[in-house]
Amino acid sequence: MLPLILEGIGFRAGGQDLLAGVDLAIAAGPPTLFLGPNGAGKSLLLRLCHGLLTPTAGAVRWTGIDAERARRRQAMVFQTPVMLRRAAAANVAYGLKLRGLARAERAARTAEALALTGLAELAKRPARLLSGGEQQRLALARAWALRPEVLFLDEPTASLDPAATGQVEAIVRGIAAAGVKIVMSTHDLGQARRLAGEIVFLCRGRVAERAAAGAFFAGPRCAEARAFLEGRLTW
Amino acid sequence: MPRPTFPALFPLVVLLALALAPVARAGERPFITLASTTSTENSGLFAHLLPRFTARTGIAVRVIAVGTGQALRLARNGDADVLLVHHRPAEDAFVAEGFGIERRDVMYNDFVLVGPAGDPAGIAGAPDAVTALRRIAAARSPFASRGDDSGTHKLERELWAAAGIDAAAASGTWYREMGNGMGATLNAAVAMNAYALSDRATWLAFGNRGTHRLLFAGDRALLNPYGAIVVNPARHPQVKVALARAFVDWLTGPEGRAAIAGFRVGGEQPFFPWPKDRTDARGRTGSVPGHGHRRQESTAAIAAAPG
Amino acid sequence: MPDLWEAARLALALIVAGDPELVEIVARSLAVSLSAVAIACLAGFPLGALLAVVRFPGRRIVIVVVYTLMSLPPVFVGLLVYVLLSRSGPLGVLGLMFTPTAMVIAQAILVGPIVTALAHRALRGLYVEYRDQLCSLGARPWQVAPTLLVDGRTELATAALAGFGRAIAEVGAVLIVGGNIAHVTRVMTTTIALETSKGNLALAMALGLILLLIALAVNAAVLALGRDARGT
Repeated sequence: MLPLILEGIGFRAGGQDLLAGVDLAIAAGPPTLFLGPNGAGKSLLLRLCHGLLTPTAGAVRWTGIDAERARRRQAMVFQTPVMLRRAAAANVAYGLKLRGLARAERAARTAEALALTGLAELAKRPARLLSGGEQQRLALARAWALRPEVLFLDEPTASLDPAATGQVEAIVRGIAAAGVKIVMSTHDLGQARRLAGEIVFLCRGRVAERAAAGAFFAGPRCAEARAFLEGRLTW
Repeated sequence: MPRPTFPALFPLVVLLALALAPVARAGERPFITLASTTSTENSGLFAHLLPRFTARTGIAVRVIAVGTGQALRLARNGDADVLLVHHRPAEDAFVAEGFGIERRDVMYNDFVLVGPAGDPAGIAGAPDAVTALRRIAAARSPFASRGDDSGTHKLERELWAAAGIDAAAASGTWYREMGNGMGATLNAAVAMNAYALSDRATWLAFGNRGTHRLLFAGDRALLNPYGAIVVNPARHPQVKVALARAFVDWLTGPEGRAAIAGFRVGGEQPFFPWPKDRTDARGRTGSVPGHGHRRQESTAAIAAAPG
Repeated sequence: MPDLWEAARLALALIVAGDPELVEIVARSLAVSLSAVAIACLAGFPLGALLAVVRFPGRRIVIVVVYTLMSLPPVFVGLLVYVLLSRSGPLGVLGLMFTPTAMVIAQAILVGPIVTALAHRALRGLYVEYRDQLCSLGARPWQVAPTLLVDGRTELATAALAGFGRAIAEVGAVLIVGGNIAHVTRVMTTTIALETSKGNLALAMALGLILLLIALAVNAAVLALGRDARGT
């Protein structure tokens, strides 16, 4: 289904262009990170890629399959995990049930996903009573259980402490190592250095720069990216 | 694993099944629906009469106790099998229009004027009801009217008209139209220190008299006859004519008459079976007028009134 | 004039004595009102969920109408059901007038808009929270509504209790369609009205207090169930 092709993507709301003229092809391979300051349009671009929003200009296309079929082969984890009001295991199984999986298969995949994210012991705990870090790991388990080919992550550690952040990053690396394409937004430079294969640097609703991670951190070409890396660009 | 059930609904569904049990039980034995007035129900008359009737015939009687006007409307719509009400002109109209068959005189009592024990308008010594009302109007003492177009209200308006007083013009001042049943009107009268016209049975059984007293009774104009009418099956085929007739026959027969005559509230007899022989009744009417000027605590004074 | 103290003593005496007529009336009140609430919830909860999730032309108008119907006067509903169920009415052949079934129908009509509106309000908030996640997981509209109904169960229980409060306390509708027939359609509220009209104010107040105790028991039971179910 990859590469994911974005052609002339624009998104206009409230009389403002929140995104404009985004052309991107996201191919299989190491994680792609959308980097940029708050308000740059990272989350918006992720939602457009995932199909939660429809662009007001341009088109999002998967290669070889239509959007409907592609939907079933991708997953997303949000900045604030959305926990259903049921047990941790039931949160994972819920997504599998929507996909029409049989009960035994749901149970097996749920147990596996909880084990992978270190939540096996908490399977029966109400999801809403888990800590922030545990909730985000549960959200990852729920996404991973779906066996996606592409996993979108929207600032998954933005509200976590360093220890929880480390756990989430370890899980993301594991998922990436299993061959899943990671597309993730962050404003955390350290995280971008730790996880990124390539960087898409967004600034004021436009793609300012796109580069392999090593090259980007060695010397960004655009002025905004340089300012951002030096901690000067706050918008 | 996700819970398959919906916990909040579960107990409700269980209770639904429980709830339907009494619904299913209804209608086990034959019954008739009797539309009647609040005075007969509230005084406890039906609680006294109906078990005797049911024991004799096996027919249960379901009483809808509303005002005479509403009872007639229910019957007109076919929602009752038989009526026991107290407004002769309306009853006659009901039969004349073909909604009812067989209007039968059942029993009677009288209306009374009640008011604060101090009797500020001085109605206790009035020679007749019309004079009593004139005194209330002259003193501008509060008067609580049913104001609901019931049988009692209709009689009250006739009395005002006979007294030559436009009470409706004073509505909102001393004349208060409650727009409510007899009990609610009496409750209001007690609370407002107001006079009120009540049927004797409701007054006798009324538990919230406060300092109110029966101040005037005994005028033949205050006679209150009750009639029974079987609803016409030609209008409403589902009417249980045979059962309804059995009820009216019993009510006007020796057993029903004895039961009515034997009913007591606080030691007093609130209802009197209609005299079997009208000539006999007429023969005793001479005893009535002399009592009008006295405070009456008993209906006995006008026991011979019909005729 | 009776005071609250006297009424409370009388209420206690009635309860201790276990007066069979009182037990019968209480049971009938509960049966009628709980049935009405159950029926109203079975229809109102899914409708509330649909109004929260599905967008269609005129949705806002429907919502305003449902919210407005929360103000339905019980006497008006009683008359409406009477007109329908009367022997002269379109459903007269069913012979439901002056039966507990007629009372259930009237109360279900009264309670329906309340549980629908409260369900809509609660599930709308939940849907805003869940929307992206459920969409991401590929949930279809017909899968979203049941999810909201399950996850909103605590709020829905509150909605059901609000509806129950309306049903168990109203007298206008059941008096008209039930007729307050002893041993057939007499319930707590119609008994209170009857005793008031007889001037037995202390007894009427005592019955009112017993009605409150029943409501307390029902609310406590539902809230206890809700605590067991919370979050799991």
